[in-house]
Amino acid sequence: MRIMKPGLRLKSAVCSTEVMVIKAPAGEAQVSCGGVEMLGATEAGAPARLDPAQAAGSLIGKRYVDAEERYEFLCTKGGEGSLALNGVALQVKQAKALPSSD
Amino acid sequence: MNLAMLLDMAAEAYGERRAVSCGGDSLTYAQLRAAAQALAARIAGGGFGHVALLDTNGLAAPIVLFASAYAGLPYVPLNYRLTQAELGELLGRIAPAWLGLGPGFAATAVPPGISCAPAPCAGAAAPDAPAAAPEDPRAIAIQLFTSGTSGAPKAALLRHENVMAYILGTVEFGAAGEEEAALVAVPPYHIAGISALLSSTYGTRRIVMLPSFDPAQWVQLALAEGITHAFVVPTMLVRIIEHLDAQGAVRFPALRAIAYGGGKMPARVIARALEMFPGVDFTNAYGLTETSATICLLTPADHREAGASADPRVRRRLGSVGKPLPTVELQVRDAAGRVLGPEQSGLVFVRGGQVAGEYRGAGSLLDAQGWFATQDRGWSDAEGYLFLEGRADDVIVRGGENISPGEIEETLLAHPAVADAVVVAVPSEQWGEAVAAAVVLRPGAAAAAEELRQWVRERLRSSRVPERIAFRSELPYNELGKVLRRVIRQELAAA
Repeated sequence: MRIMKPGLRLKSAVCSTEVMVIKAPAGEAQVSCGGVEMLGATEAGAPARLDPAQAAGSLIGKRYVDAEERYEFLCTKGGEGSLALNGVALQVKQAKALPSSD
Repeated sequence: MNLAMLLDMAAEAYGERRAVSCGGDSLTYAQLRAAAQALAARIAGGGFGHVALLDTNGLAAPIVLFASAYAGLPYVPLNYRLTQAELGELLGRIAPAWLGLGPGFAATAVPPGISCAPAPCAGAAAPDAPAAAPEDPRAIAIQLFTSGTSGAPKAALLRHENVMAYILGTVEFGAAGEEEAALVAVPPYHIAGISALLSSTYGTRRIVMLPSFDPAQWVQLALAEGITHAFVVPTMLVRIIEHLDAQGAVRFPALRAIAYGGGKMPARVIARALEMFPGVDFTNAYGLTETSATICLLTPADHREAGASADPRVRRRLGSVGKPLPTVELQVRDAAGRVLGPEQSGLVFVRGGQVAGEYRGAGSLLDAQGWFATQDRGWSDAEGYLFLEGRADDVIVRGGENISPGEIEETLLAHPAVADAVVVAVPSEQWGEAVAAAVVLRPGAAAAAEELRQWVRERLRSSRVPERIAFRSELPYNELGKVLRRVIRQELAAA
């Protein structure tokens, strides 16, 4: 568990996935990748293995949200592990279609 | 949070794609990142507080912009049209700083603490162990000096969190196809020039730089590079249309979208542009330096619907700046701060993560709830489309009545003999302020002042009829096409 706040960057303990918190309510939450809790950008974790049941992968540039869209994470580096919040798989948020303005 | 992340992601996923081209030279995303990290490594530890650039559009602008971010220092692109004395004054305000000079640029009045070097405009090997970009979201990413048309230039500050809120809120990563290319003709010291670099990098749309705007070169480059997207300020579009009218029809088979902003677009210019570029999507973008660029958009679908509608309430939206971005809140308030309803004219306020509203030395101009006064006047329709009337300072107060110059200017511009018009306040013993206009006639056309007054009288309330009309061969503009009202106001007041 850690306090989630916009701008916080996390990395997977089991694959190359990295995310940045875009939106989060106050309080603590657990974000995992490949079944293992994600680490702070500069933290070192204990050795861990990817859970084969949570290996659907993450894609760079995609936004991942919980069902209520209270949390939003931007995947800044893709990897093999699936992202989950408090044990529940996160879903890819549908891309907004705004026209280019610059 | 650091805007260097935008380039890191592009280089990670699309490293071999071309990021930016200028005059036959290109850098891929991987090369751009390496060049930026190499410059950051050179600058870091030099004791600098800012990273400045004096150059036209070119490969140096994105290299120095991202190098500043990697080094954790504010990026300060400087206006290359300033005199050496003006430049020296600004440099004194950012010392100690590293200053990159483009080819042919020099700084001769350099104050202490400024370290000049040629601005890098080619690829470079990345350092062996590039330092990670600092992650402080409150750090200042960009400092832009305002044009200073009223007093000394102010230094607008944009923090990483402001810029990133704008880019992440409006651009989808890697959404551009490999064939897409954006033509950037706005200078690097303008917020639209910077946001174009950031949006295109994150969207992975290749940037094609036009060093300085010229309509013939714009057309030539658009055709030669297969440009799909372009941003223009109103004067650029006017000059492109004039050029194409004089030269004969040109087809732009690759061109898909033109966005415009940075000033009021006359209705007849956008109407002519829609005819001249059939099938091209037009987007009107309204934004300010202090809001990290665009806050409202009139989308291509809005343009088409308004252009095809017989309903005057829909049709008039061609003159609107559109609706606020989903990530921006907007209110129109009266002078006492009360929130106004549809069709009621007042002052425009905005709120959102991208709204910086801050100047060096003056602190934040946001109120306790985070709202920023744009200093623009306007009103929204029932559907939320915003119509701007001009800067709050430009409003004419005639006998207690607030009169916006915009609608009088539009009416004058609709007269067949009028090529250009600006409306300002002049002192009046009777009314406090009176309406005055400076008008440029079309070549070969004639119209007496009384004829123009009658034209306005037939279309607007009598209080809007200019008491004084002066004819000019041209109106004064700054280099980005903003009419210098202050100059006209002084001339007409003295007349």
